[in-house]
Amino acid sequence: MTASTSPDDGQSLVDYLLRLGDTTLVLSHRLSEWVGAAPTLEEEIALANVALDLLGQAQPLLARAGEVEGLGRDADALAYLRDAWDYRNLLLVEQPNGDFAHTMLRQFLFDSYAVELWSRLATSTDATLAGIAGKAVKESAYHVGHSGEWVIRLGDGTTESARRTRDAVADLWEFTGELFATDAVDEAIAASGVAPLASELEPAWRDRVDAVFADAGLEVPTRQWMQSGGKQGRHTEHLGHVLAEMQFLPRAYPGSTW
Amino acid sequence: MYTQGLDEAPGPDVDESFDPASLLPDDEANAELRFQARIDAEDRIEPTDWMPAEYRRTLIRQIAQHAHSEVIGMQPEGNWITRAPSLRRKAVLIAKVQDEAGHGLYLYGAAETLGVSREELVDQLVSGEVKYSSIFNYPTLTWADMGAVGWLVDGAAIMNQIPLCRCSYGPYARAMVRVCKEESFHQRQGYELMLTLSRGTPQQQAMAQDALNRWWWPAIMMFGPSDADSVHSAKTMRWKIKRFSNDELRQKFVDVTVPQAEYLGLTVPDPDLRFNDETGHYDIGPIDWDEFFAVVRGDGPCNRQRLATRRAAHENGAWVRAAAEAHARKQQERQQSSEPAATGPAAAGQVA
Amino acid sequence: MTPGWPLWEVFVRSRNGLAHKHVGSVHAVDATMALTNARDVYTRRSEGTSIWVVPSAAITASDPADKDALFDPAGDKIYRHPTFYDIPADVKNI
Repeated sequence: MTASTSPDDGQSLVDYLLRLGDTTLVLSHRLSEWVGAAPTLEEEIALANVALDLLGQAQPLLARAGEVEGLGRDADALAYLRDAWDYRNLLLVEQPNGDFAHTMLRQFLFDSYAVELWSRLATSTDATLAGIAGKAVKESAYHVGHSGEWVIRLGDGTTESARRTRDAVADLWEFTGELFATDAVDEAIAASGVAPLASELEPAWRDRVDAVFADAGLEVPTRQWMQSGGKQGRHTEHLGHVLAEMQFLPRAYPGSTW
Repeated sequence: MYTQGLDEAPGPDVDESFDPASLLPDDEANAELRFQARIDAEDRIEPTDWMPAEYRRTLIRQIAQHAHSEVIGMQPEGNWITRAPSLRRKAVLIAKVQDEAGHGLYLYGAAETLGVSREELVDQLVSGEVKYSSIFNYPTLTWADMGAVGWLVDGAAIMNQIPLCRCSYGPYARAMVRVCKEESFHQRQGYELMLTLSRGTPQQQAMAQDALNRWWWPAIMMFGPSDADSVHSAKTMRWKIKRFSNDELRQKFVDVTVPQAEYLGLTVPDPDLRFNDETGHYDIGPIDWDEFFAVVRGDGPCNRQRLATRRAAHENGAWVRAAAEAHARKQQERQQSSEPAATGPAAAGQVA
Repeated sequence: MTPGWPLWEVFVRSRNGLAHKHVGSVHAVDATMALTNARDVYTRRSEGTSIWVVPSAAITASDPADKDALFDPAGDKIYRHPTFYDIPADVKNI
């Protein structure tokens, strides 16, 4: 059991874990919406694999958050009984699936970030987080290969697929800034050695994005304005609908074991 | 656990007075007799072995129907993934439906060894020409259906699939071995879900009973009509494509499943169900074959919906598949123009 | 699958196994996708597995054991793909 790693009695650690846990959970949920609708049977399996890996990260992250919080909430309580304003996921991952180009681009932008983050978290001063990272770093390396390959195929495919991929870039780019934006929570967490400062991950992320976009024939947008607020609980209109569906049963039948 | 002890010797005798050789010219007659001798000796038939045309056609139809069933079967369970009420149930359900996609893939692969392409098979399904298991034309209306489907539908499927692991055609038998290994967890998770509900709140118990009420008879019907009414049975038995009769499998299923329902504290929706001390088996009430044939013919609760969903997925994916092909072609051209001495893209890749 | 998605045979060596074993097939546009698909379908994320993918058309097979096979050409392809397999026109019921 690690000692409190910040001056705020562990609240920063709880927030950090919720941010990462909620992000992996919401992204997993989005991918699971593709079941039965993927473009090939092989891709059904691939998408389900990523969804399962992310869920396998979310569960221990949320469990650890509940443990540090110390109010008796387990991973399910956190996942199923918090409203959108208490969710801390990145805005990028709650964006709708759209078409396959949107989904793959969203995935690639996230995976490129995750691969850097998990490799740094492998040396976290929080032992649980380091343990999760040990497995997640291999998973995200595989994920970024899969999503990156698809961005290239779609960007450098047909006229139609290129158009759809360009549209996806235009729609999703403004959510990428939040990946590297930092606030007081991030600073406290970095100071205690639990996690790297997110801004440190940006150069490597950008290198990978530049390389894949070049192969995909895509232009990296120059627009500077970025969306933010997800990590602080201020979401887009989409998260409410995601949670309404995800949380229906526990809320309709409170106090039940499933 | 539920499927042990069912791997027994083959079922009823075939009609020995019928001599297939009498219908064929000499050369074909010899080949057919040799083929039958191999079957009788439990030899495995492999893709390039001689086989009667009808054996090949029958296998393509049966394997394809099985594959289509797995693919369509993703829908009724996929319906509850986004509403799974715990993270564990969510993961298990995604994994189960993913397995079904995988089973479809193994089975399409087995069918392809017989000379039909994946493209043809996919087109058949999307066009509505072919049948898939009638059970998937029923809706999943509550969370308890996830339990009932795993317990009853996968349970019935396992009854059918274990004997198929010893079917005469090698690729199909091997695909079934792989399927059966993965299937055992499907049934267990379904039953465990029902157990959780049956030990839960009154509402959850009612949900479980309601699911059993709706899925029991459709699961019974999964085994198909009595073999006396079935056109294909005699030949498929002789060729060891089918190893037990429909009625035998149905009886085994009932005998195993009724005690499981009793353990859950649930009532099987059959007022005529009773244990027969003389036979040692459960007697069941009359099956509504009108409902079965209606659903098979297309008049079931979800037939149009299942097909429309499959068709939409296929059509929406066309531009993606086209893009992948276009990119692969471009890569090939680039490689050839930059390395004129090369013989094209690497024929094999290796991951150590 | 449209014609641009050839069939690939998949061979897997599991961690404790000695040799690669044929486990089935996948469709893919190129070797990279074939490997990814093979890993997803046949190894389901397990680590330390060696996977080989080979285009089915690249495999040459020996003759089937039964030399009196009436309708097979001397088989050098592994599958009964219609284009690999000629049936005499006067054979019934095919």
